Amino acid sequence: MQKQISFRQSVVLGLLGLASFIGLWHGLAVSGMISNVFLPSPVEVYDRFTTLLDRRFAGATLQGHLFASFQRFAYGFLLAALIGIPLGLLMGWYQLLDEIVSPLFDALRFVAPIAWVPFAALWFGTGIGGPIMIIFAGAFPPCVINAYRGAKFVDPRLIEAANMLGTPSHRVIREVLLPSSVPSIISGLRVSAGLGWQSLVGAELIVASAGVGYMMVQGQANVSTTTVMAGMVAIGLVGLALDSALRLAERIIQRRRGLEN
Amino acid sequence: MGVIQFKDVNKIFGPRETGFQALQDINLEIRDKEFVAIVGPSGCGKTTCLRMVAGFEPATDGMVTVDGTPIKRPGPDRAVVFQQFALFPWKSVYDNIDMGLRNLNVSRSEREARIADILTLMNLTQYAKHFPHQLSGGMQQRVAIARAYVLDPDVLLMDEPFGALDAQTRVVMQEELVRLARKNPRTVLFITHAVEEAVYLADRVAIMTRAPGRIKEVLDVASIRNAEDWDSHEKIEDVMDLESFVHLRTHIWRSLREEKAAQHA
Ligand SMILES: Nc1ncnc2c1ncn2[C@@H]1O[C@H](COP(=O)(O)OP(=O)(O)OP(=O)(O)O)[C@@H](O)[C@H]1O
Ligand SMILES: [Mg+2]
Repeated sequence: MQKQISFRQSVVLGLLGLASFIGLWHGLAVSGMISNVFLPSPVEVYDRFTTLLDRRFAGATLQGHLFASFQRFAYGFLLAALIGIPLGLLMGWYQLLDEIVSPLFDALRFVAPIAWVPFAALWFGTGIGGPIMIIFAGAFPPCVINAYRGAKFVDPRLIEAANMLGTPSHRVIREVLLPSSVPSIISGLRVSAGLGWQSLVGAELIVASAGVGYMMVQGQANVSTTTVMAGMVAIGLVGLALDSALRLAERIIQRRRGLEN
Repeated sequence: MGVIQFKDVNKIFGPRETGFQALQDINLEIRDKEFVAIVGPSGCGKTTCLRMVAGFEPATDGMVTVDGTPIKRPGPDRAVVFQQFALFPWKSVYDNIDMGLRNLNVSRSEREARIADILTLMNLTQYAKHFPHQLSGGMQQRVAIARAYVLDPDVLLMDEPFGALDAQTRVVMQEELVRLARKNPRTVLFITHAVEEAVYLADRVAIMTRAPGRIKEVLDVASIRNAEDWDSHEKIEDVMDLESFVHLRTHIWRSLREEKAAQHA
């Protein structure tokens, strides 16, 4: 068996990895081997990051852009969860629906979210609908798949118990399938949030007003690689925060259900 | 009412020609409010019998009926107590017991009253708000029994309900089941590996052969229990010491031993 690594040790190791990465990057950037435009140094990116925090670029501060992005993300993500989870559970319960929907769904989920950009632009113009649709395309499949898996792998004895108690289908779905799928659904939501947030830049290629992706596209147009990198850092940090929040939610729910050991 | 009848029942898992025959020519009638235990070697088809009455499994040939009506699907008139409890882990004791009651046309106040009654009867009142994982195995099984009994079913189906319990808890549960069955008699089909348990609890004990399972003999325990006045003894160990009890137990042991020997021959 592998030796257990304590929480403190894992934090230290993580920071160590990060520090060596930044060190390497810095060394490479200041060595002069690569032009500064191609690879700005971490210090420059940090400077740019703080500047963006209190000065507007492309119409808003970095927080402003982040807020706009997050709002779109939240709509797309919630929509994906609200439609995807019930659909996945129903597919897990009704064989017929599963047979009808699965092939279509399995084909569609291999289409990268960004491939929807032309249609999103065509159908929604530059309104909020386009980006939401693309984030939805990224976030939807994991919601469906994990709810479906949760429903499929429910303890069959619990279904038998519910049937023997005379429980109608809609209550079996709500009171047995759903709660027993919660762990699977939550880990689906985590993947789904990640994919949705990743699809953001693609989504914001077609928005003309605000958003981190938009800011990065503007940075690229101005040959400001530091802006693009600051955007990447911001996306990474928010993504990390999002994942931590969902992981925490997962733990709290597990503990509340008393299933954590 | 709650008369269970197996009429010329065969059960084959898989295709008729190539499948596995689990049960053969099962004929058995369980009378209303009678407690029948089935014993038999492992894999002889005891659970399959019970699952057919529950409506989880169709008969391949013949018919299984309750009060003359062929069984189509599971329902609260035939409550099951599973070996592994099968309580809903995310529901409290109270809500687990309420789950089936909510499916009957019963007013909220009556539901509350019935749950309160059964909680008292099963010594569970102070655990109403607990979740299953907070309870010991014996208490979980009491909840499972309460969940079945509260429906006031015609038929109670119990598949090795005490199999997962330690010996002491098992004895307590057996005594409680007897108490419950006296107070509120039901038609019971009870499956067990434990011969003493079968003799102690049942009115009749059906012994099955190894697969394909057939009914080898059915012993009338109730007449001996009444003739020898077992019920005058309160403790299970006192009953088990009686000569008539030992005699029956030994008979069943021998019969089962023959089956096991045949299995290994
Ligand atoms: N769904 C199924 N498909 C195929 N075979 C099955 C199925 N269910 C049970 N069997 C087989 O039928 C036989 C009887 O099974 P059953 O579970 O009824 O035995 P049992 O008497 O309850 O055994 P135990 O005492 O071990 O619980 C076994 O050989 C088992 O492998
Ligand atoms: Mg069995």
